[in-house]
Amino acid sequence: MNRLWLYLPLAVFFLLLGFAAYQLSQPKDEFVRSAMIGQPLPNFTLPAAMPGGQGVSASDFADGQPRLLNFWASWCLPCVAEAPHLDTLRDEGATIIGIAIRDRPEDIARFIGQHGNPYAAIASDDISAVQLALGSSGLPETFVIDGRGVVRYQHIGDVRAEHVPVLLAELRKAAR
Amino acid sequence: MTRTLSLAAAALAACLIAWTAVPAAAQDALPPAPYAYRELDDSRQEAAARALMHDLRCVTCQGQSIADSDAPMAGDMRHFVRTRIAAGQNAEEVRGWLEQRYGDYISYRPSFGRATWPLFVLPVLLGLIALVIILRRVGGTRSAVQ
Amino acid sequence: MMAELGLAALWLAAALAILQLVTGIWSMRAPELVAITGAVRPVTILQAVFAALSFTVLLYLFAVTDLSVELVAANSHTAKPLLYKITGAWGNHEGSMLLWVTVMALSGALIAGVEYRLPERTMQAVLACQGFVAAGFYAFLLFSSNPFARLPQPLAEGNGLNPLLQDVGLALHPPTLYIGYVGLSVAFSFAVGALVTRQVTPDFARAMRPWVLGAWVFLTLGITAGSYWAYYELGWGGWWFWDPVENASLMPWLAATALLHSVSVLAARDALRTWTLMLGVLAFSMSMLGTFLVRSGILTSVHAFAVDPQRGTFILILLAIYIGGALLLFALRAGAVAEGERFSVASRESALVVNNVLLTAILGIVLLGTLYPLLAEAFGERVSVGPPYFNLVGAIFALPMLAVLAIGPLLRWRRDSLQRISRPLIVLAAVGGAALVLTAVLFGVGFLPLAGLVLAAVLAVASVMPLSGRNLRRVPLAVWGMVAAHLGVAAALFGMASESAFTSERLVALAPGQATQVGPWQVRFAAVQPVAGPNWTALEARLEARIGTGAPVVLTPQARSFWAPAQQTTEAALATSWNGQLYAVMGGAADDGRWQIRLWWKPFVTFIWYGGGLIALGGALSLAGRVADDLKRRRVRARGARRRAQMVPA
Repeated sequence: MNRLWLYLPLAVFFLLLGFAAYQLSQPKDEFVRSAMIGQPLPNFTLPAAMPGGQGVSASDFADGQPRLLNFWASWCLPCVAEAPHLDTLRDEGATIIGIAIRDRPEDIARFIGQHGNPYAAIASDDISAVQLALGSSGLPETFVIDGRGVVRYQHIGDVRAEHVPVLLAELRKAAR
Repeated sequence: MTRTLSLAAAALAACLIAWTAVPAAAQDALPPAPYAYRELDDSRQEAAARALMHDLRCVTCQGQSIADSDAPMAGDMRHFVRTRIAAGQNAEEVRGWLEQRYGDYISYRPSFGRATWPLFVLPVLLGLIALVIILRRVGGTRSAVQ
Repeated sequence: MMAELGLAALWLAAALAILQLVTGIWSMRAPELVAITGAVRPVTILQAVFAALSFTVLLYLFAVTDLSVELVAANSHTAKPLLYKITGAWGNHEGSMLLWVTVMALSGALIAGVEYRLPERTMQAVLACQGFVAAGFYAFLLFSSNPFARLPQPLAEGNGLNPLLQDVGLALHPPTLYIGYVGLSVAFSFAVGALVTRQVTPDFARAMRPWVLGAWVFLTLGITAGSYWAYYELGWGGWWFWDPVENASLMPWLAATALLHSVSVLAARDALRTWTLMLGVLAFSMSMLGTFLVRSGILTSVHAFAVDPQRGTFILILLAIYIGGALLLFALRAGAVAEGERFSVASRESALVVNNVLLTAILGIVLLGTLYPLLAEAFGERVSVGPPYFNLVGAIFALPMLAVLAIGPLLRWRRDSLQRISRPLIVLAAVGGAALVLTAVLFGVGFLPLAGLVLAAVLAVASVMPLSGRNLRRVPLAVWGMVAAHLGVAAALFGMASESAFTSERLVALAPGQATQVGPWQVRFAAVQPVAGPNWTALEARLEARIGTGAPVVLTPQARSFWAPAQQTTEAALATSWNGQLYAVMGGAADDGRWQIRLWWKPFVTFIWYGGGLIALGGALSLAGRVADDLKRRRVRARGARRRAQMVPA
């Protein structure tokens, strides 16, 4: 009995070692994921990002139609990379609502002029308020919101070609 | 894989730049949120907000608290914390609000729950083991029990 | 040519490490083969010579900025002050690992050169173990982290060193810390050697003690220096963040502190044998674990080396072999080692046992808190364990530990009674009560800082009590060392509690000419001006701080722009007075011509590092005392032997 105690440090060590080895073999998740999936969109109202544009509020989402909610900014480099794929998504029938973070109207206009405008509406959020409310942690990020205004899916980082079908499938799932 | 990792390393390096950090890649044009770098007028509220900011992880620079980080997102989070506290919420309400959105990871203070109970049970166990070892070693003159 | 020389030296050192392992084991098997037994020590020393040569070559390559070497090109730059060129040699993964094995080889050579108290068989096992561990780290360097790799084409200019590392802190902190980390390998090898030969005696403990003390002194200095470096360089006003990498340096220290005390019990009373061996294994295991955590990038940390999972795998395998092997040996052999005597409740050794167990428990808490996010992640949960957890749970174990630390040194070995020391106990209770009333009534501080302040006062008085009533000139150095180290603990505790309880912080936007108040200081923002350094330009604020109508103290925090690599940093400005530090950081400019200024007044914060220094000084005094005693004993024995030889008629 007494002898068995002596194996305790060894057992604890190999237990820890196993965990460490397992974690090393896993790709490290660098992102902080939102805990809002399955929750209704928190209430918010944001002004239009450009004069003459249309603002965005949480109640807009509860009209039965699923949408993509895209956080981006004109100063964000990966956002340039994802612009053409957002265009594809729009062409495939997705409705994309944009929220520009800490951005200026003239910069947004220039960005859209250069990279096209996939958005049905662009609102601006100067203090990341809606980002925080949604548990979003960086730019760009894209959420799928279903027709009842419930958050269904989060995509972190820029949308690449391979993510387009994933997002379209999520939209279809949200429509059911 | 390697690419993500080097990106992560670059992000960490960017985060290490101290208080006036200017990320080399991109810079947002707007000035920081009003209460990102400004104290609340009520010193008691400011102290409460500050204490909470030290307990919240920056979601951009994940090694740092939002009190220490210069990422714009951390500034917005500080603004959020200060305005909520100024509006009369207490620190636990604000913490709870953020935990609801980002999960337990956002707070440096683990609370007892499904994912964290060993953090609280194991120290108790450790204390008991310590006690047993001490009692077994010490007090040999009293007992003859081996 | 030089890089190849360094690489060749490294290969030779690796080969010699293996030779050291082989001759060590062989000579234990065949003690009659004098050619083999006589070779172990020289081989060990030769290994260190080549490791040191290799490291010197790396220093040279960095000093001359040889841009055909990949490591230099990636981490250095010609337009950098020479000091930072040289210190940059270990400001990266490969260079710091080379420093690691060099220190390991040198400490091996040191034991081979001067340690003659151990039984010869134990000594051979110790050196074999040193060679075995070193061989693994050489393999790591040569196969996955070659510091001497050449570029196909030399670069015209290097990438430069992270500006945060361009500081004297880099010259001091990593080398001292590494001497501490790796110095513990000696304790590890001693423990393994003793487990192999099953000879755990007070003599063994007396031989082991100076090595543990030496490593512990450097570890203490390294952690203290690192804490102060982070405090002034990062510009966040904090001195300890419970970051995984910081915890990685604290854990070996906790284990070494426990080991230091249990080795004393073993030396004085021939008890705690298995416990001491366990701690010997544990201390260096914690060093290696720290290396793994820092370099694998498995945990999220502010201080990260270039992260590479492949290196992580390599170190994990080394960990499995060395720690797993040592723990297995422990499990197999420790049962055969009797634990030794039990103690009466009121005795020095009882107090030391309690302290040892509690220190180990604190180590367990830090280990649990540091690794827990990793465990949770394996189950798909992400949690953070930070300062609030460590402070509270750590304190639950630390407070009773510190209370026992106050009383323990007053007790005698073997058997004592609390009645005998009732007078000092009353004095201590009175000091504690007075401190409690003073802090609780006057300042109304929170529970943990309050407990810290009261304990610090008690501990400060208690730590000098072992000197009372003694002729100070006759007090042995080792006792002075103990007093200094315990007083250092009191000082550091006082600094920590005071910083936590009394710090005032201000974050203000000021235009030149405006003033603000922080704690007792009135701080006027006089002007802002550009300044230039060797590889940076900066904006510098001139702040004039004064208390009441006193003479002003000038602080000049800077916002620096480095150009190689292009990065901005802030240089905090500190004004130190006897009762604390004023800490100023300059932030960005607002549109209206005002500047962000962040100010802290931290009463008695400096005591944290004075305390750390005092603890290290205590260790050094104790080490000097032990070494002097040993030398004296050896001289006496030699004289006795000579006299005996003369008495024998020819």
